[in-house]
Amino acid sequence: MSLSALAAGRRTYYIRVAAALIGLAVLVGVVDYFSNHAFLSPGNIINVLRQITFNAILAIGQTFVIITAGIDLSVGSLVSLCGVVMALFANAVGLSGVALIAATTLVGILVGGLAGLINAVPVITLRLPPFITTLAMMLMARGLAYNLSDGRPIALNSDAFNTTGIGFLFPGIFGLPGIPVAVIWMAVVALVLGVLLRRTRFGRYVYAIGGNEEAARLAGVSVARIKTLVYVISGACAGVASLLLMARFASGSPQTGYGFELQAIAAVVVGGTSLMGGRGTVAGTFFGALLIGVLNNVMNLLHIQSYTQETVLGGVILIAVILDELRKRYLTR
Amino acid sequence: MVRLSASKAPFLEMRGIGKSFPGVRALHGVSFDVIAGEVHALVGENGAGKSTLMKILAGAQPADEGQIVIAGQPVTIDGPRAAERLGIGMIYQEFNLVPDLNVVDNISLGQEPMRGLFLDRAAAIALATAALARLGVRLPFNVPARRLSVAQQQMIEIAKALSRKARVIVMDEPTAALTEREVDHLFETIASLRKAGVAIVYISHRLEELPRIADRVTVLRDGEVIETRAIADMPQDEMIRLMVGRRLEAHFPELPPIAPDAPVVLSVRDLRNPPLVNGVSFDVRAGEIVGIAGLVGAGRTEIVRAIAGADIPQGGSVHVNGKRIVVRGPRDAIRAGIALITEDRKSQGLILGETICENTTLPHLEHFVDRFDFLDVKKEYAVTNKFIADLSIRTPGPDQLVRNLSGGNQQKVVLAKWLVEAAKILIFDEPTRGIDVGSKAEIYGLMVALARAGVAIVMVSSELPEVLGMAHRILVIREGHIAKEFARADATPAAIIAVATGVAA
Repeated sequence: MSLSALAAGRRTYYIRVAAALIGLAVLVGVVDYFSNHAFLSPGNIINVLRQITFNAILAIGQTFVIITAGIDLSVGSLVSLCGVVMALFANAVGLSGVALIAATTLVGILVGGLAGLINAVPVITLRLPPFITTLAMMLMARGLAYNLSDGRPIALNSDAFNTTGIGFLFPGIFGLPGIPVAVIWMAVVALVLGVLLRRTRFGRYVYAIGGNEEAARLAGVSVARIKTLVYVISGACAGVASLLLMARFASGSPQTGYGFELQAIAAVVVGGTSLMGGRGTVAGTFFGALLIGVLNNVMNLLHIQSYTQETVLGGVILIAVILDELRKRYLTR
Repeated sequence: MVRLSASKAPFLEMRGIGKSFPGVRALHGVSFDVIAGEVHALVGENGAGKSTLMKILAGAQPADEGQIVIAGQPVTIDGPRAAERLGIGMIYQEFNLVPDLNVVDNISLGQEPMRGLFLDRAAAIALATAALARLGVRLPFNVPARRLSVAQQQMIEIAKALSRKARVIVMDEPTAALTEREVDHLFETIASLRKAGVAIVYISHRLEELPRIADRVTVLRDGEVIETRAIADMPQDEMIRLMVGRRLEAHFPELPPIAPDAPVVLSVRDLRNPPLVNGVSFDVRAGEIVGIAGLVGAGRTEIVRAIAGADIPQGGSVHVNGKRIVVRGPRDAIRAGIALITEDRKSQGLILGETICENTTLPHLEHFVDRFDFLDVKKEYAVTNKFIADLSIRTPGPDQLVRNLSGGNQQKVVLAKWLVEAAKILIFDEPTRGIDVGSKAEIYGLMVALARAGVAIVMVSSELPEVLGMAHRILVIREGHIAKEFARADATPAAIIAVATGVAA
């Protein structure tokens, strides 16, 4: 066996993470220098983390789908639909405090999860491409969000969500204003889903289906059930991201979430997940979302025009994916 | 039948063609020629090298050595386009039609007549009409190819070749999917092509039809030309004898005797899943190895897939230890103790991008988790390491990606998958395809050890020596049913080929 073969397997995962970290560190040093040390200020770091929460949560859900060689285009619209439904629910239900937050979150997860189920059914029963079913859901969910809200944002009556949206935990820690509560939510989602993917039987089946669906089926894996679950997870993540967004702006709006699905897919792909399926990690996706978030932040700090920012972002995504492909070829030779 | 004068120069000559694949020498010094206006039949067992030879001619694969001469000129065929330009037309068993395009568009595909920037529809129709007229067939022009019968689609393929000015047409098993009347029509068509000076290479397993259609026949065996002769001088039994040859007996381990009181473990009754499983019944006892022989496409794989739930049979029943099992998918069969080791390990047996460990435990992960469904990776490693040792899988460790293993070691990983939970019935579909001689012997050894341990084994194989050397009983499949059963002592290569090709009942 060659050395390159030895490097494959679990080690590639660590190499990938290490490479991403080193690249990030170099980038950070350079940028910090050119931004007059605004970049590494504690406030800015916290700011970046808070900005990536929505995208990171959507992208982590999306990771499951993409590992099975699927795609979920509906999550951006689901953010708006879940937001509207949750706002309507929160205003109508006679709850307050933590009970209100818990019940509303549950509603968001249920709406998102149900949409994911609807996404999955034609994919597994008729083998329709998920690109189409989730595209249809993208349109339907968006339209429904506008219908339910009459096209206007629905302001939250209760201020119970303020802590979730803009609050901080551990104020004063490390001289920081504290850790944003939304970032804690993100961390919990990443941890739970990361463990689910990496440490459970379900996660192993997700990889198996993406690696070779027919071999997995012949090995007795319930392909239909696992595939359904990954779309439900992606939808449910849209529900959670939507809750944080709603809490942040104290309203559920049908106009949010445009293009979120593409940002999420970008984070997943930059994070090393193969669109062909079978490969990818939650940690990688998190770093993908972080990289995109940092890039946006840096360009703001360096006063790069917003038009240019999009071009640069697109270029970075392309380069990241090309590098990943080259690395993969090098390792499999 | 037109007799050919010996002085006539061949239109196409292949000289000393050699081709090797990793671990296999597919062709060795093969020389073959075909004269304009001749039908030259090419016969041989599965894996004799016919397909490889024709792929080289069609530019689908490069030859390692040898020369191709057309009309006296040495040529290089470096791709399908080059073959087409040289007048070589291929009609594969699986047609290369675009199912949603109509007859005209299929015929003109890739050579569309243009008028300026636009397609010249009238010229395309003229092209198709001319080609079909040469065949003497009429086909509806505006119907997508997929709605036509197999015979009609075949005519489109031939017309396609003619419209490209093919002077040699290779037909691979052209009659395999045709009815008797359609075969008659095909033969008339071939006769008229031959009269028009087209050379035809005719590959077929149906030996009995060759005297009707061919002028000469070449027998290939193990990648070498055994004999080329006029068909009139080649009786069928001799053709079979040449195909089979006097082979060196491979080293097979001694089969353990079946205990007289060994119970029937697997019973299959009237299993049906048309078109290739048409009422199959047989039993396998504990410790018995039953070989399944037959031609490619006879339904062998389809039969075992239906037993193992890879396909859901439309009728019949499967019983394990006397109890009928209802199979709605692979999972049900696995629960009943049936394991299918598929013929194509790369596309169906393994997840190439995952590790040995992940592949090994996949079918039985429920035994490697705690009550919260968390994986017990330590246990996975322990079991995988045990199988790496027991089956002597050559690898640096259980974390090796299966993609990086040799074919033989990959096959052992597939086997390990099904031994984790000691399957009662193991079905091997082509257990030693594409693996080296040393690994073959090891796989045979493992099969014998499993049989000795009381596992019931079904083995589908295209390699006659394997079927003869490794099975207590042999079932010969033809057209989706068991054409004949042989006890090991009565089975000879010639007898099996005769039944498989339909020469003998």
